[in-house]
Amino acid sequence: MLKKKIKTLIEAHKDLGWVLEPSAKAIMKAQGLDIPEFVLTGSFEKAEKFLKKIKGPVVIKAVSKKILHKTEYQAVVTGITTSRHLKKEMERLQGLEGCEAVLVEEMVQGLEVIIGAKNDFQFGPVVVLGIGGTSVEIYNDTAIRMAPLKPGDVLSMVDSLKAKALLFGYRGRDGVNMEVLTDTLVRFSHLIMALEKDMDSLDLNPVICTKDRCIIADARIILKKEAHDGSQVYDATKI
Amino acid sequence: MELKYLFKPSTMAVIGVSTSQDNHPANVIYTKNNLRYPVKTFPVNPKGGMLHREKLYRNIADIEESIDMAVIAVRAEFVPKVMEDCIQKGVKGAVIVSGGFAEAGNRALQQRLTDIARAAGFPFVGPNCLGIYAPDHVDTFFLPGERIIRPKKGNVGFISQSGGVLVDQMVKFAGQGIGVSLAVSIGNKAFIRETDMLDWFARDIETKVIAFYVEGFEKGEGRLFIQKAEQCGKPVVILKAGKSKKGREAVSSHTASLAGDYRVFSDIMKQHCVAEADNEYELTSFCEALSCFQKGIQGHIGVLSLSGGHGVIAVDACELHGMTVPRLDPGTMEAIRERVSPEIRNIISLGNPLDLTGSSVDNDIVTAATHLARDKGIECLLALLIPYSPGVSADIGAKLSQVARNEGKPMIAYVPNEEKYRIIIEGFELNDIPVASSVDGAVLMAKALKRCRPC
Repeated sequence: MLKKKIKTLIEAHKDLGWVLEPSAKAIMKAQGLDIPEFVLTGSFEKAEKFLKKIKGPVVIKAVSKKILHKTEYQAVVTGITTSRHLKKEMERLQGLEGCEAVLVEEMVQGLEVIIGAKNDFQFGPVVVLGIGGTSVEIYNDTAIRMAPLKPGDVLSMVDSLKAKALLFGYRGRDGVNMEVLTDTLVRFSHLIMALEKDMDSLDLNPVICTKDRCIIADARIILKKEAHDGSQVYDATKI
Repeated sequence: MELKYLFKPSTMAVIGVSTSQDNHPANVIYTKNNLRYPVKTFPVNPKGGMLHREKLYRNIADIEESIDMAVIAVRAEFVPKVMEDCIQKGVKGAVIVSGGFAEAGNRALQQRLTDIARAAGFPFVGPNCLGIYAPDHVDTFFLPGERIIRPKKGNVGFISQSGGVLVDQMVKFAGQGIGVSLAVSIGNKAFIRETDMLDWFARDIETKVIAFYVEGFEKGEGRLFIQKAEQCGKPVVILKAGKSKKGREAVSSHTASLAGDYRVFSDIMKQHCVAEADNEYELTSFCEALSCFQKGIQGHIGVLSLSGGHGVIAVDACELHGMTVPRLDPGTMEAIRERVSPEIRNIISLGNPLDLTGSSVDNDIVTAATHLARDKGIECLLALLIPYSPGVSADIGAKLSQVARNEGKPMIAYVPNEEKYRIIIEGFELNDIPVASSVDGAVLMAKALKRCRPC
């Protein structure tokens, strides 16, 4: 069963065909998953206040219904530490097509993984775990399982990755907190079961994993192309 | 739904038997079953007439006895009417051999068949299929008996979407001495599908391994297949064709492009311990191994050979297929060293792989196998028996089989597949130890056990 909040957010994006990042993250949070601290604003003052509060680098992103793939529009800026830099980049993002607001988030460092879901024709909702963030398609080091997952499934997924050593800590680096990763994937798998009727595919990419947390740095939900009445409302390939 | 009468009929009508064409599928099916199988067979043709000095029935309704199963081999457009006649007569299931349905674009006609059958609770196999081969019972393949090679009766249930692949696989099974309990070509699978067959085989006491050749599932059917495969408690082997089909990968999300249709299929089979065979050789090896052993292993292999080279080849192949050849316990090595013949004590390579050399005799091999099997780190034994050396007797197959049974560990043998060594091969096979005809084949059999490891 979908939580009411999640259902409302999904319904609100049916016409668009995909769920904007802030709402997608709100859905993940409602499912008990970890998202970065953030402020969603059009005001530089509020953004600056957040930057000062965080005391670390922030990342800013344009929120626009016209921009599905943010990197292709340079709609993401990472590593902002000064007010001057923040002001300059925020102004630029606000000039991008359809920019409604700017998402300002704490920037987290750690191992980048992708957690994804696909509504498979033969098997229904499946979960994908992979290593590599934006390069994930190049390495193609992924494990796929049918949702819902049991904790043991997560272990076998990790075990089947070629680069699994990275997850366990490599050359003195911290490993990933396996308990948190397991909990994240299991909760995620239950969410996508509940979203079976609505979801086409879903990317949490990257998810930043540290020795304590698995934080969803970006989230995107592509909704099914067919509306319930069978009419074609959206074709993601044409964006 | 009762499928007993469909797969194990006592009486059968063959509809569409021709008075003029001896090679008509219906004639081949009628003749072979009438002459060579215990099922009582009745020929039907709407025009009546005689065949082989016997009367053709004009309608199934005219047959005096009750009919368990009907083979329908008439032109596609006549099939719905014939099926209705069968239902009227109280027939309990059918094999529809006729083509000309969904595979030829006639989806509506096929749907009509399915609708009629569903409404009446009338199970059928096909259309566009070879149907059923139940050894010593019934054979609806429309291929003359003298043209095909049939495996003996055994415990492998085999289901194929393709009739051609099924017949070809039967030849391979027969060649490796693998027996089948029931083989079904399900063709367009308009009624009986893979999932129904899982239900049947789960309850069939003659079947210990269930193997499939699959091209694709319907929407959501893969999930149902997995659920049933998990519930059935018997090893399930699957060979998937159509792996390279890209589907709709050029899409908007990373996940959709990473999780292509075949990747999803293959990973999920692994997740749920369905042993996916990469090709037909693996399919054959998997079926042979799992027909002898139904319990999975993690993949720790002990290799026993009479030649260093064979041991090394086996180790390489094990590694390639994700299995390990672990170090032996020092106690195991000591026990073997103490008990082998003094002549070979100082020339054997005591380790894993264990090379007993060409100077070993039966007793050395039996001793080594016994202690390897007792090693806690070893789950499965590969006995690479090259029968060329004079110390190996014709009894070695039977003797080693007893070791495997006594110690309770799976053993897989390699013996060259030559008539000369038949007595050794049978010594193994008649005692339920699978024999491969190559070292690689033996390793593939071990892989089968690893693939069906209970999760």
